[in-house]
Amino acid sequence: MGRLKTFSRRAFLIGSVTVAGGVAFGAYMVRKPHANPLLADLGDGEAALTPYVRIDADGVTLITPRADKGQGAYSVQAALIAEELDVELDQVKIDPGSPSAAYWNTALADEAAQFMAPGDGISNDAAYGVLSSVMKLIGMQITGGSTTVPDGFVKLRQAGAVARETLKLAASQKSGVAVGELKTKAGAVLLPDGTSLSYAELAPLTADIEPPQDIELRPASEWRLIGKPMQRVDIIAKSTGTQSYGIDHKVDGMVHAAIKLNPAQSGPLVNFDAAEALKMRGVKDVIPVTGGIAVIADNTWRAFQAAEAVEAEWGPAPFPATIDEHWGALSASFTEDLQDSRKRDDGDVEISIAETGELVKAEYRAPYLAHAPLEPINAIVRIDDDSAEVWTGTQIPRFIQNNVGKIAGIDPENVTVHALYMGGSFGHRLEDEVVKQAAEIAVQMKGTPVKLTYSREEDLSHDFPRQIAMARMRGVVRNGQVETYDLGIAMPSVVVSQMVRQGFSVPGSDSQIVAGAWDQPFAIPNHRVTGYRAPELAPISSWRSVGASSNGFFYNAGLDELIHAAGADPLEERLRLCSNPEARKVLEAVGEMSGWDGVLGNGRGRGVALTQSFGVHCAEVIEVSNTEDGIKIDKVYVAAEVGTVVDPVNFDNLVKGGVIFALGHAMNCEITYTDGIADQNNFDSFQGMRMYQCPEIEVRGLENGERVLGIGEPPVPPAAAALAGAIFAATGTRLREMPFNKFVDFV
Amino acid sequence: MRLTVDGKIHEVDVEPDMPLLWVLRDELGITGVKYGCGIAQCGACTVHIDGVATRSCQQWVGDVEGEVTTINGLGTPDALHAVQAAWIEHQVAQCGYCQSGQIMSAAALLAENPSPSDEDIDDAMSGNLCRCGTYPRIREALKSAATTLRSA
Repeated sequence: MGRLKTFSRRAFLIGSVTVAGGVAFGAYMVRKPHANPLLADLGDGEAALTPYVRIDADGVTLITPRADKGQGAYSVQAALIAEELDVELDQVKIDPGSPSAAYWNTALADEAAQFMAPGDGISNDAAYGVLSSVMKLIGMQITGGSTTVPDGFVKLRQAGAVARETLKLAASQKSGVAVGELKTKAGAVLLPDGTSLSYAELAPLTADIEPPQDIELRPASEWRLIGKPMQRVDIIAKSTGTQSYGIDHKVDGMVHAAIKLNPAQSGPLVNFDAAEALKMRGVKDVIPVTGGIAVIADNTWRAFQAAEAVEAEWGPAPFPATIDEHWGALSASFTEDLQDSRKRDDGDVEISIAETGELVKAEYRAPYLAHAPLEPINAIVRIDDDSAEVWTGTQIPRFIQNNVGKIAGIDPENVTVHALYMGGSFGHRLEDEVVKQAAEIAVQMKGTPVKLTYSREEDLSHDFPRQIAMARMRGVVRNGQVETYDLGIAMPSVVVSQMVRQGFSVPGSDSQIVAGAWDQPFAIPNHRVTGYRAPELAPISSWRSVGASSNGFFYNAGLDELIHAAGADPLEERLRLCSNPEARKVLEAVGEMSGWDGVLGNGRGRGVALTQSFGVHCAEVIEVSNTEDGIKIDKVYVAAEVGTVVDPVNFDNLVKGGVIFALGHAMNCEITYTDGIADQNNFDSFQGMRMYQCPEIEVRGLENGERVLGIGEPPVPPAAAALAGAIFAATGTRLREMPFNKFVDFV
Repeated sequence: MRLTVDGKIHEVDVEPDMPLLWVLRDELGITGVKYGCGIAQCGACTVHIDGVATRSCQQWVGDVEGEVTTINGLGTPDALHAVQAAWIEHQVAQCGYCQSGQIMSAAALLAENPSPSDEDIDDAMSGNLCRCGTYPRIREALKSAATTLRSA
């Protein structure tokens, strides 16, 4: 986690380039400039100010390259630029831009790229740590790892400031008024006499102006937008049915495709008979694609119906057929041979355990979980002779360029990706199978745009779920205190599963196996966290908070068992052990918010957990009642330290959403396999949380830290453990396996 | 066959067993109505038929009797329905994909029950899944819309 700090503080440079008809202000540079993607299609009289601002006769466009999958990324990126540029969000256009290396996710990507190229391995554990803990991916335009705010907090404001100061220089030249006497407001430079020069009219005049460097960013006391409640740029559209998502997009002349994949994910197609399907109304063709068949029709529903009518013979899944075998593989992975990392080894666990007879031991399980964003995945692809176009919601536009380029046999740079709004992701759109399959169809009907929409059933049963994981703990308590905590975690490598699908090899340890566990802020005298690499089983992918999504539960649940054995209070003992001032403050905050004063009693219980993930310390207290009909979650209190809360409204919404996401799955959800086929394929068998189970949630953002951090993922890891702790306090039942509804009823 | 949607009459030539959802989306281009599950488990496709909240994915178009109202007809950005206005005021949406259905369920509830209790709200809204977890804001916005509508 310390590495993130180092890299995010790297200085950014803004350069400039002259182009026909105007000027473009230099791309964001790390060591060397990347070509500015906006230059290619600039017309006369247009200028691009950094890759984040474009100004033409129509006005100002802010470029927001991090994908918006519902987390408000477009709004927050736009607000950071607008803060310094002095434009109002309702007077600018917002455009995610075209995929480009200029939109690398921080300097991290530059570092990572040195260690990771197709066919190359990563020999250096530190370099791999950078990848796996923050990005996992090479230097490309990736949205993930709760990095949108940390990545953009300085960079985007700086882009806005450079653009503003350059426009002021242009205004000064035009008017003869000294720059120091100029002000900027609402998309215009204001002269002392009240004259207003719009950015649009000034833009062409910046051609010969060197953009000023070393502009001091405004102090927090002068912020107009940051830290104040914002209205999301998409809130009206999303409340009136007028927001267009990928699934709503239309391209002239497009056909509708549906897919029927081997129900055993990634298994092969052996044979198929499309005779019946081809007779159905509106069906144009049925063709094989990797792992299944595709139906092309004139309407989504007709394509779905015809796909169901295709008779197919499938090969077996390339992983164990039953979920018991998956658990067996994890159970067998706690061996020296499969040890992946031991990033924490304080004191001497072995001696402590050998010396004492009082040993606490337990085993924990976290199941596979689908991401299941509500919008089924979809993509439109058109392939022409030398170029291709893709319209889809994605977190990985650069990978899509490469993969479509390969399928079409064209240069990836000639693949245009239009990033569309997403109806959720939770990590699902770090995969691009749907785009590759649409491209496989489109390459067989060149010039025709093919829109491939997954049915819910195909989507949920081929979701590339969250990792399955198991943990074993043992420990020692003495004199009412936790003295020794030894935690081992076994899971397959998410990073390997994901990256191998993109054609990369990734040797070395995978820090996600112990993320949310090895780096927790507790000074336990003898403390060890060991990661074990289980074999690759079902294909898996990053699920909101990745490794920490299972490990936040394991770590806190194990700690709770020790605290209970010591006869201590779960919050008091965490505070006593806490070794980090930021973490202490979040624990104190949830203690105060919940009025924590020990045991609740009367069939009620409270639990607490804290996880540091993505640099954020997030603590949660959950209160439950044990009713006649089952467990009722009464209240959740959350405190998280993020340095600066950029938008209090979105912060509150994301934290509550993260808690609900985590609890809904911890209570109700799992993906299991029979005959290599997922047993769950729709929301009847994979419920998440519904409104009747939703507790009241109270949120507090803390701003004591120096680093500005993202909040998309950190609320997820502590939730399940806090709930399990509360249920134990209320009922005496210790839950060690998710989903909890296998063992208790919820109301 | 003839279909009245958002006050407009449409002639459609489709199979009678095509779900209303797909007629609206693919044949009439009314895409505010969302596909989420196809089995009436998520509520994203909720529309009103003569004011009654209906899962359009389970409604054969040939069986539709009455006027269909979609999110696009409930109100518009320039002429918001009270529920939409409350959704904006409380900034309910994250990804927003479920919100068309949430708003249609909420509007139907309030038309029938102007002062719903927490339990009434849970009962009426639990068929609408939100994967982003916006339920606390949905509750607040729904109560706020109830107040607005009662005083209108």
